[in-house]
Amino acid sequence: MKLTLEIWRQKTRDSRGRFVTYSISDASPDMSFLELLDVLNEELTQTGEEPIAFESDCREGICGSCGVMINGKAHGPEKGTATCQLHMRKFRDGDSIRVEPWRSKAFPVIKDLVVDRAPFDKIVQSGGFVSVNTGSAPEANLIPIPKPIADKAMDAAECIGCGACVAQCPNGAAQLFTAAKVSHLALLPQGQPERYRRVQRMVDEMESYFGSCTNFQECEAACPKGISIEFIARMNRDYLKGSFSGSGG
Amino acid sequence: MILDPKIPPGPVEEKWDRHRFEMKLVNPANKRRFDVIVVGSGLAGGSAAASLAELGYHVHCFCYQDSARRAHSIAAQGGINAAKNYQNDGDSIWRLFYDTVKGGDFRSREANVHRLAQVSVNIIDQCVAQGVPFAREYGGMLNNRSFGGAQVSRTFYARGQTGQQLMLGTYQALSRQVAAGQVQMYPRTEMLDLVVIGGRARGIVTRDMVTGEIRSWSADAVVVATGGYSNVFFLSTNAKGCNATAIWRAHRRGALFANPCYTQIHPTCIPQHGDYQSKLTLMSESLRNDGRIWVPFKADDTRSATDIPETERDYYLERRYPAFGNLVPRDIASRAAKTECDEGKGVGHGGRGVYLDFADAIQRLGKPAIEEKYGNLFEMYERITGENPYEVPMRIYPAPHYTMGGLWVDYNLMSTIEGLYVIGEANFSDHGANRLGASALMQGLADGYFVLPYTIGDYLARHMGEEPIPTDHAGFREVEQEILGRVQKLLSSSGKRTVDSLHRELGHICWEKCGMSRNAAGLEEAMGQIRALREEYWESVSVPGSGEELNQSLERAGRVADYFELAELMCRDALNRGESCGTHFREEYQTPEGEALRDDEHYTYAAAWEFGGEGGEPILHKEPLQFDNVPLTQRSYK
Repeated sequence: MKLTLEIWRQKTRDSRGRFVTYSISDASPDMSFLELLDVLNEELTQTGEEPIAFESDCREGICGSCGVMINGKAHGPEKGTATCQLHMRKFRDGDSIRVEPWRSKAFPVIKDLVVDRAPFDKIVQSGGFVSVNTGSAPEANLIPIPKPIADKAMDAAECIGCGACVAQCPNGAAQLFTAAKVSHLALLPQGQPERYRRVQRMVDEMESYFGSCTNFQECEAACPKGISIEFIARMNRDYLKGSFSGSGG
Repeated sequence: MILDPKIPPGPVEEKWDRHRFEMKLVNPANKRRFDVIVVGSGLAGGSAAASLAELGYHVHCFCYQDSARRAHSIAAQGGINAAKNYQNDGDSIWRLFYDTVKGGDFRSREANVHRLAQVSVNIIDQCVAQGVPFAREYGGMLNNRSFGGAQVSRTFYARGQTGQQLMLGTYQALSRQVAAGQVQMYPRTEMLDLVVIGGRARGIVTRDMVTGEIRSWSADAVVVATGGYSNVFFLSTNAKGCNATAIWRAHRRGALFANPCYTQIHPTCIPQHGDYQSKLTLMSESLRNDGRIWVPFKADDTRSATDIPETERDYYLERRYPAFGNLVPRDIASRAAKTECDEGKGVGHGGRGVYLDFADAIQRLGKPAIEEKYGNLFEMYERITGENPYEVPMRIYPAPHYTMGGLWVDYNLMSTIEGLYVIGEANFSDHGANRLGASALMQGLADGYFVLPYTIGDYLARHMGEEPIPTDHAGFREVEQEILGRVQKLLSSSGKRTVDSLHRELGHICWEKCGMSRNAAGLEEAMGQIRALREEYWESVSVPGSGEELNQSLERAGRVADYFELAELMCRDALNRGESCGTHFREEYQTPEGEALRDDEHYTYAAAWEFGGEGGEPILHKEPLQFDNVPLTQRSYK
């Protein structure tokens, strides 16, 4: 395959970036998108040019490290797929592909396609856990959890924290990420004692970094794990309940 | 050097309880006087950091990823073992202990393995309390499955992403401690060396991967939880960033490296499809519960799978191992696949693959049942290969996956350097020569939640009231200078070859000569080739950019430099071990049927290697292994 890549290059957080065009003459359709960047980087290194910095780790679609905008879409054209599992057979010979880092004020560019997603950690630190010390857990089968509830919690827990939801959102909102963690824990009996306090804290923390949700639903479409926006409604309900009952804070 | 495993006396089932009582405690008010460094934030490191912080210690946790949540534990798919016996099928702590010792082919330490089986039940309790959404039955109870060679159903799982869910549990516990100010978290920070002062581990030196700053950190104890070294093979199922630098640098500072030749090659991975391939993807071996493995009877058969009639298919595992069939342990399944492919019966790209067929299971259970169990794995397979496994059989081939070898530790998980603890895959302790499926997650969490928090207290209690060592101490300054020199050397090389091209070459040598099967001549040859390639590496590697910025080429260059040294030790260890055991298959030592032939008389020991100095020969120390509870038998899965 012959391809033209327009890739965002930016030396440091504070420097100005620009698109640089690269031609690829012999990509294989069986390559992953990141392997295409690997091959390009090998060529750049051999010609003494600095390779393109991009993030990836597991390359199995589960660690959430990778993620770039491909022709304006977070993780590219294939639904339910992280960038590392996108393969070149999803493109056509002769295609021109524009590659950018995640778009969000809350995720500043560190270099080229690498961004800083630290606010996600901050949101979890603000309350995305069950306060149970090692050793104090009761017998695991003591509390039965109906299968549909456990399955629903699992649907929410599948979030890999990649940031595609934020990158795709016109408002740069992090509702889907936050709602996934809030719902995962709020659905389970283990999450009940801190349920309302948790949602208050996490939402407040989220709002200090990210934009507001106005129901574009772009996040759900971009999510490589197909997390449903239904969880945002759940989170909002719990947030309101918490505000009225005064059980937040 | 005296290699003392410090195994407590008494019957194996009483050792841990007794030891817990005999260890010294640190008074709650005194815990906050101690600083502990934890390197790595996966299941082992994350759980240790969180648990130590809950106890009141000051913890400094480092990871190379941008967030603690991304450690490679996240990629484990299949599950976690625990001796809960929820299925009433005869499981017990003793049986898990027995299976693990036998599965490790009698090359692990009985006392450690028994403790692992004991605390396995607490792990599940802890994870459920954290909100880990394990699979459940309709009655609301936890579900289990049988996994990778076990004859009881003791594996807990969360869809195909058990590692991710356990990891999130750990990450949440860690985040809680970060918020409480008990853990200082340093992401994008890589440990480049260990600082040993007065024979004790007193800190580390790191590189900030964004600014390039080289910095020293002083502490009362150092815990290394940086995982395994499968990436020595270049192509493996490990994440791209997984590396052995922390354990290798600690080795060079005096920590013995045990059994480096025990590397597990996982049987169910997606075969390689091209020379540009960057990594191999594992498909959970839970697939072997319902999939049937076969190759055509005839060599060089070019027909597509669906055109090969039933009578011309060789279900070779079912044929050779009627009792276990497709569920034989990993080492046996992998080697059998290689044998078939070596005979020209392999399928797919380059004849390096065998079929894993779900047609029977789909007919028996229906497509929805298969989808419920393996849906995400099937999807992943289709994304990568472009083939639909509901219609055509999957193709699989073995790939490097896990390393049982690692830094030698005693019963307390302390290395041969005082104050340096090594946990999880980074140590050598529990799996012997072969790890059973769903036991890695168990070991990582056992070490981090339930073993280290006790044993480290015993060490710290002995050093109560000592003054901390400032980071401007000469011991830190010297190590910093060494690192700066090394970084400079890599950056100033004027060669033309990329880091990856040299790493690929190293991986190829290891895979061919020290992979699924090994022989003396090949290993000798490999060691020579590795030495020659290492020289070439330092002359011809090209590392663009500077040290004072995010420089991924530089990061990789340092890691690969360490892999060259580790690879040679791996071959040396394989050469020394004149027997076949577990994953270590020496062609010279096999039964007439081609099965692994152990030599218990000469090799019932852990081989612990001491660094022999720059250019010097490594020195072998032996820890004899004693089997008082599980009688030494030849493994048979017939």
